[in-house]
Amino acid sequence: MAEWVEACAVDDVDEEDVIRFDHGGRTFAIYRSPDDAFFATDGFCTHEKAHLAAGLVMDDIIECPKHNGRFNYKTGQAKGAPVCVDLKTYRVKVEAGKVMIDIG
Amino acid sequence: MAKKRDYSLVGESTRTAIETGLASAEWYHTDVARKTMKELMQRSDGPAIRDTIIWIAAILGSAAGIVWFWGSWWVAPFLFVYGVLYGSSSDSRWHECGHGTAFRTRRMNDVVYHIASFMLMRNPVQWRWSHARHHTDTIIVGRDAEIAVMRPPDLIKAALAFTGILDFRYSLPTLVRQAFGTLSDDEKSYIPEMEQHKAVIAARWHMAVYVATIAVAIALRSWIPLVLIGLPRLYGTWHMVTTGLLQHIGLADNVTDHRLNTRTVYMNPVSRFIYWNMNYHVEHHMFPMVPYHALPKLHELIKHDLPVPNPSMWHAYREVWPVLLRQLKYEDYYLKRELPPTAKPYRGEFHDLDITAAAAE
Repeated sequence: MAEWVEACAVDDVDEEDVIRFDHGGRTFAIYRSPDDAFFATDGFCTHEKAHLAAGLVMDDIIECPKHNGRFNYKTGQAKGAPVCVDLKTYRVKVEAGKVMIDIG
Repeated sequence: MAKKRDYSLVGESTRTAIETGLASAEWYHTDVARKTMKELMQRSDGPAIRDTIIWIAAILGSAAGIVWFWGSWWVAPFLFVYGVLYGSSSDSRWHECGHGTAFRTRRMNDVVYHIASFMLMRNPVQWRWSHARHHTDTIIVGRDAEIAVMRPPDLIKAALAFTGILDFRYSLPTLVRQAFGTLSDDEKSYIPEMEQHKAVIAARWHMAVYVATIAVAIALRSWIPLVLIGLPRLYGTWHMVTTGLLQHIGLADNVTDHRLNTRTVYMNPVSRFIYWNMNYHVEHHMFPMVPYHALPKLHELIKHDLPVPNPSMWHAYREVWPVLLRQLKYEDYYLKRELPPTAKPYRGEFHDLDITAAAAE
């Protein structure tokens, strides 16, 4: 069941960047792609508990700051060692300048 | 008296590290604004392509010199250059490309990573995982698979490391064992099960090339193929050991602050090319996302928060030697490096080991 929550304002995320969003004891990562679209994933790397929001966004890739593991943040796909488990992704919509994510 | 350290990755120290929260802990990081860090982390193919072209050209040129001058004393300088390029600079290429930071393009990182792994007689799968562990649990006893000098230090072993003999004796039998499908318990502790078969396949590829090289050497009745492939791991490894040993030797273990267990050393430009700026090692451990070519900038930015770097390798070894001698008697002793007044102090937990008694002896 859908549960939309407001994550941040559009302007809170730079282009080709990521920020952290905490809600209900969970941590998410909110991305803004180079073509100005928004995406959301779990906030922690699936390899070890590192905040992806401290990582580097390159095109459609997020690189974990701890061991440089890479994921496609649009699909959640792990792109090779040391990350082997895909990242959970969440639906995103933008309404009235706010980025909403479906955490349901 | 303190308990002896158990460096196995599946032993008592491992259990202790997990129970006390030392394993997979939160580490200290110097504050750097996100915007600045993003700029420092930016990837580019340019610097690594330039350096790799120089590297390969120098390897091929010195190899040609070895073949041309084989049988005369003129071969010596070519062996010297080729040996260091093959047996030492491959380590930094392996390292940076393993992190995926040298090039922006992933495939370029992977190609150089595999070539450098072969040159080093390192299983590319096993070492990718062991290095991930090294970054998670840097110099945590029982967790870090890459502790070069254990305590109490074995000084004969440390001296022999410069000849490459010990590493060769470890690396080659390890590859043979892995090629026959056997991984050790330590290796299994950090290579995920789903990746273990890849380690076996990689070892088989490496062994196939070595067998082919030996076959060519026999067919040609010449040492040259072996001097070019395999043996540089012996005669060219000294620079890698000279620079690499300084990364952590004599400093603290079982702490969660890289300023305490890692060393930055200023080095000459040639060594920095061979070592790809890994002399900025505190900076690298704190921020492994920053590519080698941006480390000098990062160093300038955060040096107010780090111990003063050693001004030379010679200085660093002179500083380390008495520490190693003291560790022969008191393995808990380590060099606690002073922070400048501008730095944030070391945290108390894990870091307040009483080294006063050992220091006084």
